[in-house]
Amino acid sequence: MTAVFLGIPTAPAGVGNLRGDRPFPDAARDALRDGQLRANLGHATTTIRGKRAGVVAEVPDWAELREAGRAIKAATMARLDEHLEELERQVTARGGTVHWARDAAEANRIVTELVQATGADEVVKVKSMATQEIGLNEALEAAGIAALETDLAELIVQLGDDKPSHILVPAIHKNRAEIREIFACTIPGVDPELTDDPRRLAMAAREHLRERFLRARVAVSGANFAVAETGTLAVVESEGNGRMCLTLPQTLITVMGIEKLVPTWRDLEVFLQLLPRSSTGERMNPYTSLWAGVTPGDGPQEFHLVLLDNGRTAVLADEVGREALHCIRCSACLNVCPVYERTGGHAYGSVYPGPIGAVLSPQLTGLSGGTAGNSASLPFASTLCGACYDVCPVAIDIPSILVHLRAEHVEAQERPGAEALAFRGLARAMSHPRLWRLAQRAAGLGRFLARGRPTLPAALPPPASAWTRTRDLPTPPRETFTQAWAREHSRASSRARPEHGA
Amino acid sequence: MSARDEVLGRIRSALGAELPAVEVRRDYRTTDDRPLPELLDVLTDRLEDYRASVLRCAPDAVGATVAAALSSVPGDVVVAPGVPAAWRPDGAVEDDGRPAVDLTAFAATLTGVTVAVAETGTLVLDASPACGRRALSLLPDCLVCVVTADQVVGGVPEGLARLDPLRPLTMISGPSATSDIELQRVEGVHGPRTLLVVLVSD
Ligand code: SF4
Repeated sequence: MTAVFLGIPTAPAGVGNLRGDRPFPDAARDALRDGQLRANLGHATTTIRGKRAGVVAEVPDWAELREAGRAIKAATMARLDEHLEELERQVTARGGTVHWARDAAEANRIVTELVQATGADEVVKVKSMATQEIGLNEALEAAGIAALETDLAELIVQLGDDKPSHILVPAIHKNRAEIREIFACTIPGVDPELTDDPRRLAMAAREHLRERFLRARVAVSGANFAVAETGTLAVVESEGNGRMCLTLPQTLITVMGIEKLVPTWRDLEVFLQLLPRSSTGERMNPYTSLWAGVTPGDGPQEFHLVLLDNGRTAVLADEVGREALHCIRCSACLNVCPVYERTGGHAYGSVYPGPIGAVLSPQLTGLSGGTAGNSASLPFASTLCGACYDVCPVAIDIPSILVHLRAEHVEAQERPGAEALAFRGLARAMSHPRLWRLAQRAAGLGRFLARGRPTLPAALPPPASAWTRTRDLPTPPRETFTQAWAREHSRASSRARPEHGA
Repeated sequence: MSARDEVLGRIRSALGAELPAVEVRRDYRTTDDRPLPELLDVLTDRLEDYRASVLRCAPDAVGATVAAALSSVPGDVVVAPGVPAAWRPDGAVEDDGRPAVDLTAFAATLTGVTVAVAETGTLVLDASPACGRRALSLLPDCLVCVVTADQVVGGVPEGLARLDPLRPLTMISGPSATSDIELQRVEGVHGPRTLLVVLVSD
């Protein structure tokens, strides 16, 4: 059962940041040529993998927590409509206002109008994947509202006029020297003596943002979790920029994907253990803020919650693919992925890169949704090694979803591709012994192409090049297994074999 | 059709008629039987691991310990309204609900906590009188929290069970920090750069 048959719309094109403009293999090839990028990514992902492994190993009941996390998410999805209605009731009862957005354009319009109603022309933002997904900053800018990212990595991306490349550390592709350059060139009045010491860089960001926090009247945030039974929202962060945004402005607007909720308060006891250890490799992140509606005399006095669909219900309609909605955005799967580690996040063309991006983005947009086949190429951006599944704190079986999406993509083709034709030919040859022997003999000709090297040259003529460009094809052996068997056995039967006769 | 009805309708058609019941098994640890002195040691260790300073003292020495801790902090101290008089350093100002941004004038804040989770080194403030409003533990650059032994629990589940989800809650694990530059942890960004914890037990 796929979304297409049910008529549930996917995320619309032309708004937001879910679609790349090139197929993954093309974008990846360029990224692979960037030696600095690969060095930065290799360094960062190695660091975080080690930290994560250390803090996960010290939790004796990690497997039980992981299973509970998986089950809670599955239970949430099975009654998603009821839980959302309950969340709406609770948030409303505590003085908040709930808005529903069918897609990115509608969410952007709602937020823009809410900001305009306050009269503010500037908002401070807490890092949020949902608002990046819908391209909120661009929409606000078009309406003359400046959106200031306050998370350090987001700030680096924004000041550098760059794109995020990781869901937790959007500037992971930049090293400290490059960050120093960005700050030196873009922060007005920055200390000219600024070094690339991470502490000094963090202090420069603190100074740059301090006054903006204090004067901000409107903040926009995402949410890591929302508790349906109490209307409590949670934002997990490190720097305190989240607390600034959630506490100081008069108006708070939170944009949240409809899959982010959990049914009960108690469920947080699972996720607040799983998330920090999986994402930053800490026992607990420095700050977690939780709030329910509006509290007189403490924090924003006006609270809006925007519930975003934007293709999520289409994902929910796919019984295999819907597991991708369980994701708590920890980014552990990115950090262990051999493909992500080499290509970086930009090659995926979506705000959700890496293994989870390869299954989530094409489902949100629909497999045929990306321009120039970007979405359709993403399920193939994996070696299916399974490392993502092993680290996922909610046990999302990403490799199985990838295979499922690949099959769906192949089935959706009107005309069989070169690969399908090749396999069809192979099937015929393998069911006809004579054809098979002929084919094997023909393959032996490949030895001429290899000219003594262990693999065939990558530059075979098309359509074979589509396969060999990214794969090493071993040089065919001198003789096939059946030939070797026949040779060995004819020899064996013609001479005495003492080891068997003894 | 309203967006609300449309989204809810899409969810229902996506799920179909058959709604499978999903069982959630909570086989993970929900209690911690370690004796209190051990939990206090774990809490101290975890807090220090995050570069917080921990000062341990007896119940009758809280005031003196707080005063000593703050002696090196130049500037005024603001305290949450519910902080006991005996804990307050001389000259400390009680938060009077002035505009939040004015709290930046203070060098340090003194508050109590609601619960402390040993295993993760986490303090939770719930905006009760002893903890103060959220801006109080955010704007001054040094935060001093007094934790009494009866507030310390082992793990996260026990900690959450003691909290009221309807109050504004702030979970604090060390001073503010970032891992955004090459994934190395650096302490001290927008929140207080110094976290001092006074841990009180007999
Ligand atoms: S798929 Fe799993 S590992 Fe990857 S970001 Fe989501 S929760 Fe984390």
